[in-house]
Amino acid sequence: MSEFLQQVVNGLSLGSIYALIALGYTMVYGILKLINFAHGEVFMVGAYAGYYSAGWLGVNGYEASGAGFPLLLALVVLCFAMGSVALLGVTIEALAYRPVRSAPRLTPLITAIGVSLFLQNAAMLVFSPNPRRYPAILSEVRFEVGGVILTNIKLAIFGVAMVLMLGLYLLVHRTWTGRAMRALSMNADAARLMGIDVNATIRATFAIGSALAAAGGILFGLDQITINPLMGVLTGLKAFVAAVLGGIGNIPGALIGGLLIGLAEQLTAGYLSPDYRDAITFVILILMLLVKPEGLLGIVRQEKV
Amino acid sequence: MLLELDQVHKIFGGLHAVKAVQLRVEAGEIFGLIGPNGAGKTTIFNVVTGVYRPDQGRVLFDGKDISGWSPAQIASAGIGRTFQNIRLFRSMTAEQNVMVAGRRLHSAGLLATILRTASQAECERALRRRAHELLEALGLRSHANDMAGSLPYGSQRRLEIARALMLSPKLLLLDEPAAGMNSQEARELEAQIRWLRDELKVTVVLVEHNMSVVMSVCERIHVVDHGETIADGPPSAIKTHPKVLAAYLGQEEPDES
Amino acid sequence: MSDAGPGLAAPPPPIPPLPDPPARPRWGLRALVALGMIGGLALLRLGLEAVLIEYAQRIMMLAGINVILAVSLNLINGTTGQFSIGHAGFMAIGAYAAAFLGTHLAPAAAALFGSGMLADAVTFNLALVFGALLAGLSGLCVGLPSLRLRGDYLAIVTLGFGEIIRISFNNAQFLGAATGYFGDSPAGLPAYTNLFWVLLWVVIVIIVTWNITFSQTGRSLAAIREDEIAAEAMATPTTRLKVLAFSFSAAGAGIAGGLFAHMQAGIRPEDFKFDKSIDMIVMIIVGGLGSVSGAAFGGVFVAVSLELMRDLHEYRLVLYALLLIVIMLVRPEGILGTRELPSIVRGLWQRAGARGASSGGAER
Repeated sequence: MSEFLQQVVNGLSLGSIYALIALGYTMVYGILKLINFAHGEVFMVGAYAGYYSAGWLGVNGYEASGAGFPLLLALVVLCFAMGSVALLGVTIEALAYRPVRSAPRLTPLITAIGVSLFLQNAAMLVFSPNPRRYPAILSEVRFEVGGVILTNIKLAIFGVAMVLMLGLYLLVHRTWTGRAMRALSMNADAARLMGIDVNATIRATFAIGSALAAAGGILFGLDQITINPLMGVLTGLKAFVAAVLGGIGNIPGALIGGLLIGLAEQLTAGYLSPDYRDAITFVILILMLLVKPEGLLGIVRQEKV
Repeated sequence: MLLELDQVHKIFGGLHAVKAVQLRVEAGEIFGLIGPNGAGKTTIFNVVTGVYRPDQGRVLFDGKDISGWSPAQIASAGIGRTFQNIRLFRSMTAEQNVMVAGRRLHSAGLLATILRTASQAECERALRRRAHELLEALGLRSHANDMAGSLPYGSQRRLEIARALMLSPKLLLLDEPAAGMNSQEARELEAQIRWLRDELKVTVVLVEHNMSVVMSVCERIHVVDHGETIADGPPSAIKTHPKVLAAYLGQEEPDES
Repeated sequence: MSDAGPGLAAPPPPIPPLPDPPARPRWGLRALVALGMIGGLALLRLGLEAVLIEYAQRIMMLAGINVILAVSLNLINGTTGQFSIGHAGFMAIGAYAAAFLGTHLAPAAAALFGSGMLADAVTFNLALVFGALLAGLSGLCVGLPSLRLRGDYLAIVTLGFGEIIRISFNNAQFLGAATGYFGDSPAGLPAYTNLFWVLLWVVIVIIVTWNITFSQTGRSLAAIREDEIAAEAMATPTTRLKVLAFSFSAAGAGIAGGLFAHMQAGIRPEDFKFDKSIDMIVMIIVGGLGSVSGAAFGGVFVAVSLELMRDLHEYRLVLYALLLIVIMLVRPEGILGTRELPSIVRGLWQRAGARGASSGGAER
């Protein structure tokens, strides 16, 4: 039983990370009907941004001396990563997606794939393909509760993810930007006619989605200890599946989808075989799309004939 | 009786788009389906052509119950249509657009296609011949090799009709064929519709907002509003029907006296 | 003055008559042409092998394999407009199936035909066809449930299937799992693939695809791409045709896989990663989505440019990705767009003729 709970705990923390990334996919798709293939790479850059900024703030020194990295500095690292990656997201949108926004759907899809490839390989050049050990921005503290091993990192992942998602919820439902985002996702033409600044709203969407992914990247690094330039590929794909599972375009759906995928992966690894942990996500994807393509919380859209 | 809708209902989520519609079209008629915007006319077309499945009721065509048949099956059974927002194959030529609809007439098997057999070549010839006949009949022969998307609006509408005629349909559903036409073009359209029925022996059902076209060319008219039938009869009766006037002009129904 | 309907305005201006009906295909003549072509290809192979160094030969074979991949993928992505981005999976199935059958058939073939060219030819082609059939069948299995999905979703499902196939091969012990499949002999898989077979299969695949594309079937596929709802309303059996196109394109990828397998000592799941699917997409995008000639061109382009960039090894993929982005931004329709080589050549010819003619007619 405690074995099971352990897997659940691990699955939920992994799933929180997926959820953070999935939010970016779902928001962009909701507004632009574009699968932002490059989003996984944005997540990766976020992890590296955390890595480097922590380094500049002397995390290794703190670790060596045995004292923990100050929480304040950890927050600075988080903000820096989120901010810089938000900028990256906006830049990608401006350079690669905006010019092809009115093109047939295929073109932006290919462009997105291109951007993703570019970022992966550029990262391999700039950051070197070797995996790196993630700095102890949070020093691990383990404790046991009823046979289940919890760490402060896992709790932090869950906590940070929840806080960020609460923030997103407030933003989407209580601010003008959020309202604009929702309007755009429902009917772009009407939103434009109502005076909504489409470009600014799209920029904001990319910025927010990327920032969340960056946070996910740092949390991922803390949890998995190593990062490498290709970490965004598989994780990004899984997060995308999570977004689809929850209903692409649906924000609470991204959260639920992320947690479910995290749980499924962890339970499969624990009870079936670690070899299949990656495959289970694709199996879920395919089953999902065959049975209920609009996702758990999605709505079926009828095409007007 | 060629087409019958028997107590047909269609519901989209909360919207009861078509409510207990009962209508009959006799073979050889020119039949009009009118009503204010959003009344459900195109939805009725979509139910007849299989795009939507009726939630209740039946659609009968030529003695068969076609409710729930797929659009391709219904087209093969002899119902052709045009679309409210022109749906041509834009980057294909006019000739190709029409030829696509020819599967019912001539069809070569896959092996014959791959091997380019004589029968497949004959098939292509026959399709091309028939397509050109139809293009000629609708005054589009000179545009045969032009991209459908580059044709002027009126020609595009006529091309849609030519394409639907390639199915050799018994019944042709025209969805707002007069949209965007001036009065001269509308008169030509009326002549074309009569020609379709007289020469090609096609029964025509027309959804249209242009009342002069409807009144001039239709022999019987069925009026719907908010998904329900409110009148059915010859133009003379419909013109003065109190419910029809109320629906279009938004007045209260006059007292029955 | 609009082109009026029947009996209303002046009769339409005279139009040139329809072209003469095409000559009926004579099968005897066709057989002769085929034999001649086979002979010609055999000579071509010998000539190329004499002239080119082995490295260049290898590039040519890879280019040919790419052409098969691109032309096949183009049938479903370009002509039919259904976007599949997991095609590397079908190539893998073709590769493994061909390698497996080839390995197991070889002794039987040797017993029947002795050990020599004939035995090899029989084994190889049977293996290739088997690989194609299996790949086509997988295409059927993937396509049938997935093809009712809208564009992006279909792309993701095909991606997912491609990954599942790769992961399955990664875990398949009897096929070598991650280490790879090397057949029975210690030297690895027999090197059946040579320029002759590659060129022959390139010709076969192009002819089959061309014939399908320029026929009522191809028109129907294009109609599905243009407007599926309208196509259905014109009695086009959309599901059946989509699945057909998907299976054919998968089978083509299978042939390419079989050819690829017998150029190497062995094959590993690594060879059929998502990167390979991306390569295929670049091929058809560069050449022009929807054009058979364009796909062929794109296949050659990718093989050649990847080799040319080999020296810039680390920068290779970055440049590749930039190329993709730039093409999408600048010329998304690719080099040829949807036009085919014959019509382009005809156009150039006419323009050259028009310039030379004294009347200076500008009519195309």
